[in-house]
Formats: sequence, C-alpha cells, structure tokens
Amino acid sequence: MTQSRLLALGLVAPALALVAALFLYPLGFSLVAAFTKDGALSLAHFGKAFELYSVDIVYTLFIVLLSGVLTALAAIAIAGTLTLGETPWAVAVLKALYRWPLFIPFIVAGQCMRTFLAKNGLMNNSFVAMGIIEPLQATSLLDWRGIVITFVWKQAPFVTLLLAGAMASLDRSTIEAGRNLGAGRLRVLFEIVLPQVMPTLLVALVLSFVTTMSVLSVPMMVAGSQPTMMTVDMAFRINAYGDYPVANALGVISYAITGLAAWFYLRQSIRREVAA
Amino acid sequence: MSAQDLPLFRERSVVWSRLRAPVGTILKVLGLAAFAFWLIGPLVNLALWSVAERWYTPYKLPVTYGTRFWEVVFRPSGDAMTSLGTSVGIALLTVVAALAVSVPAGYALARLRLPFRTAIMIAFLLPQAFPSVAIYINVARIFYTIGLAGTVPGVVLVHAAHGLVYSVWIATAAFAAVDRDLELAARNMGAGPLRAFATVTLPLAAPGIVASAIFVFLESLDEFTATFFVGVPQVTTLPLLLYNASMGGNYQIASITALILLVPSVLFMLVIEKFLKADVLAKVGQ
Repeated sequence: MTQSRLLALGLVAPALALVAALFLYPLGFSLVAAFTKDGALSLAHFGKAFELYSVDIVYTLFIVLLSGVLTALAAIAIAGTLTLGETPWAVAVLKALYRWPLFIPFIVAGQCMRTFLAKNGLMNNSFVAMGIIEPLQATSLLDWRGIVITFVWKQAPFVTLLLAGAMASLDRSTIEAGRNLGAGRLRVLFEIVLPQVMPTLLVALVLSFVTTMSVLSVPMMVAGSQPTMMTVDMAFRINAYGDYPVANALGVISYAITGLAAWFYLRQSIRREVAA
Repeated sequence: MSAQDLPLFRERSVVWSRLRAPVGTILKVLGLAAFAFWLIGPLVNLALWSVAERWYTPYKLPVTYGTRFWEVVFRPSGDAMTSLGTSVGIALLTVVAALAVSVPAGYALARLRLPFRTAIMIAFLLPQAFPSVAIYINVARIFYTIGLAGTVPGVVLVHAAHGLVYSVWIATAAFAAVDRDLELAARNMGAGPLRAFATVTLPLAAPGIVASAIFVFLESLDEFTATFFVGVPQVTTLPLLLYNASMGGNYQIASITALILLVPSVLFMLVIEKFLKADVLAKVGQ
C-alpha cells in the first residue's frame, strides 16, 4: 500500500515541482519584496503604491466589474435565446455566430479593436455610411470604453458557452410547465431557468474576472496611458524604474482583489449548500 | 357587444395578425445583423488593414489595396518568419515539456490512491487563478540571476507551467474515462502493468491527450504577458512582433501577424469537438 502511494506521488512529483518552481517560489518572492524594506517588515511600498496609483486601482476595479456585469447580461441574453428561442433558423444563426471570439487571443482582439473603435475606424465609418450618425459626431472609443468593449467581446462567448451548456442540461419539464401555465419566455428565463444555472454563471464570471484582471496587452493597445489598469502600471514600474517593491505591492493588491472575488463566490456556494 | 365584434376592430386585429409574422422576422433579422456586425466587424477591419497599402482619413475604405505587406511579412529572411519559427518552436517544446510531466501525473490522479488528491488538483489551477503579471515579473527576476532570462528554455518553462492546468486536468479526465475492465483483461492475459498501460490505456486515452496538447500549443502560441517579461529582448514571438508593430503604428504588419495567429485558433474551434468527447469533458476537474 505505502509502495503504491509512493509510486503515485513519484508520478505526480515532476508536475508539482514545475508549479512550485514557477509559481509558488515567485509568489513568495513577490510577497517578500512587497512587505519588506531594508530587511524589515514594512508597509511603506503599499503606501507609495496607493499614493501613486489609487486612481488606477479604482479605474481597474471599475473596468473589470463593469465588463463582468455586461458580460453576464450578454451571456444571459444569448444563452436564454438559444434555450428558449422558438425560431429554429434564428437560433441556428445565433449558435453559429456567438462562438467566434472564443479562441481569439487577447492580443489579436486588442489589435482588432484598436482599428475598429478608432475615430476613423470601421465602426464609425459604417455608422456614418448608414446615416446613423453625422461625420462630426464620430468619436474615438479608445479609452476605458474600448477596454470594456474588448473584454465583453472576448469574454461573453466563454461565459455563454458554459451557461448555454448548463441550460441545455436542465430538465425541460419545468420550462414546459411554466410555458403551459401561461408564463412569457422572459419570465420563464428569469424565474425558472436562471435560478437553476446560477452556480455555473457565477463560476464563469469569477474565472472571467481573474482573466480580465491579468490581461496586459488589451489596456496597453486599446487605451491611452493615463489613467490605466494596474497590469500596465506594474510593467511600467519594472521597465522604467526597475522598481520591484512597488510593482510587487501593486501585485499583492491585485491578488487581494481576485481573492475577494473568489471568497464571494465560495461564500455564495457554501450558503447554497447549507440551504440545500 | 364587445369591442372585438365591431367591424373596425376586427379588421385591425386581422391586419395585425397578418403583419405580426413578417414584422417579427424583420426584427429578428435586424437583431442578428447587429449582432454579426458587432462580432465580425472588428475582424473585418483587421482583414482590411492587412490588404490596405494606403489608408488615411477621410477615406472610409483603403485608398489602394495590395499584397505588398504580405510579401514583406512572408519574405523568408524577414522578422515575421523568424518570429513564426520561434513561436512554433517554443509552442512545440512547451507541449513536449507539459506532456512529459502531465501524462504520469494524470494517470496517477485518475487511477492510483493519492493522498491530498483534491489539493494536488487545485495546485495545477493556481498559476491561472492568480493575476499573472505580478508572478511573471518575479519569474523574470529569478531567471535573470540563473541565466534563463531572454532564452527559449526560460520561455518554454513559463508557458509549460501556465498550460499545466489544461494538460493535467484533461489527461486525468481522459485516463478516468478509460474502461478499467479493458486494462484488467490485458493484465489477465499476462501483460505486465507497463505493457497494459502502453498498449491499452494510453491508446484509449490518446484523443483526450491530443486535445490537451492542442490546448497547450495554442496557449503557448498566443501567450503575450510571460514572453513580454521573460523573453525580452532576445526572444521575439509572433505576439510580441504584433505588439511592437502595432505600437509603432505599422497596422499592416500588425494585422497580418494577427491573421497568422488566428489561423490555428479558428482551426482548433472547428475540430475541438472531435477530440474532446462528451465522456471526457464530463470528467474534467473531477
């Protein structure tokens, strides 16, 4: 018995070693750099990080949360239509369309949006050509709006994929029962379908939250430099000043923010299990 | 006498019931068209830039089209071809490194008694569950002291650690989906444990492992942040070339590079369901 356990641990060990060397060790490194000054425990780097970048921390939170809310709304609308839609051809077209951005790398999405959302990008040009806006009304969306649009464009298909999968595996009889009792499709979606797939939606949103917190390329390519997201500030601190302590303090703040999101999710799921 | 019985109202409701279907169809078509514009528009803009030789305001479409920049990109000695070679090489080495550690780990996690199994599974998720920029700046610093910064092996190691969650979790699910009785049958007929693994278990789990390899390959090919910190200045992959071209205002080169990166992503989206079967997918993360 002990021998087979040793064998099992031996088989897992190389993979674990890779995680330890390339994730846990650097994580420890970043904590030490953030919390010590001249060899003693200190919060000085956090003071400096807040002093210099508090606007950017709020800006990051605002963008990530707004993107999360819009992603959730888009995913609910698309997955709801896929599940409850009664026009086969429209559902088929939607199903074929929505997945396209799923596997597109962030850096490519950034380049697409950098051209599409510009003052003279294809979006404004199309609106002008269709007569929706006047040429003088065309404005560049390459600021926080561009980042939010890119994040929703990229993340909504991912959340939709998981959500539509969960909705498809629901027991159809509850939906039919609601419809037979005269409930409209919108009411069925919000009162019968959505409560049952809430756990899946929350997992997908937490994963999406961490992803958008970690992206460096999109804020660098889509928006200007001030204010900007925390990832860009960290890169700037390193590349311009070699200032590891403050960069790591910002890093620890970003761990804390994602930690809060994970905690929120865990609390919800524990509460649900207690209720069940 | 109710309102419905009045001729005028009856006529109106008849008109409405006749109009309802076409109006609904028109609204659906318009809605889907707007959705398609939003989804495909950015990609069309990218494609237009790749063939635009001159494009400036106030022109809504490129002034002159041509393939001059494609020739620049595909010139064998050019930066882009060098970067493509670097990118594909790094991605292949990453797949080899990730699979070398994931196949044994996946087998152990799926089949053997392992203490702290859940904790070990979660350990592989951690590199993806933390905001990665702060990790990479420290990896770069550590690599600098041991001479791995700016080298291909350094970038491969970081990409492999990042891809482990896919390779380990999917390999575990693939091994768990293999019918245990088939292995036992092979053992009963006299095959040793290694032979049973190599001739029965591994071939049956192969489609899932190929799927995980594709995931890891694409993750590495598309990776920007880690290479940005660990690979500079010597290692220039396609995403870094794209970034440099875009920030330098050379939208044609950036767009063509982006299109090259899109090819494997789109191919993958079309074939993923062939490799990742529902029975394996249902076991991922368990």
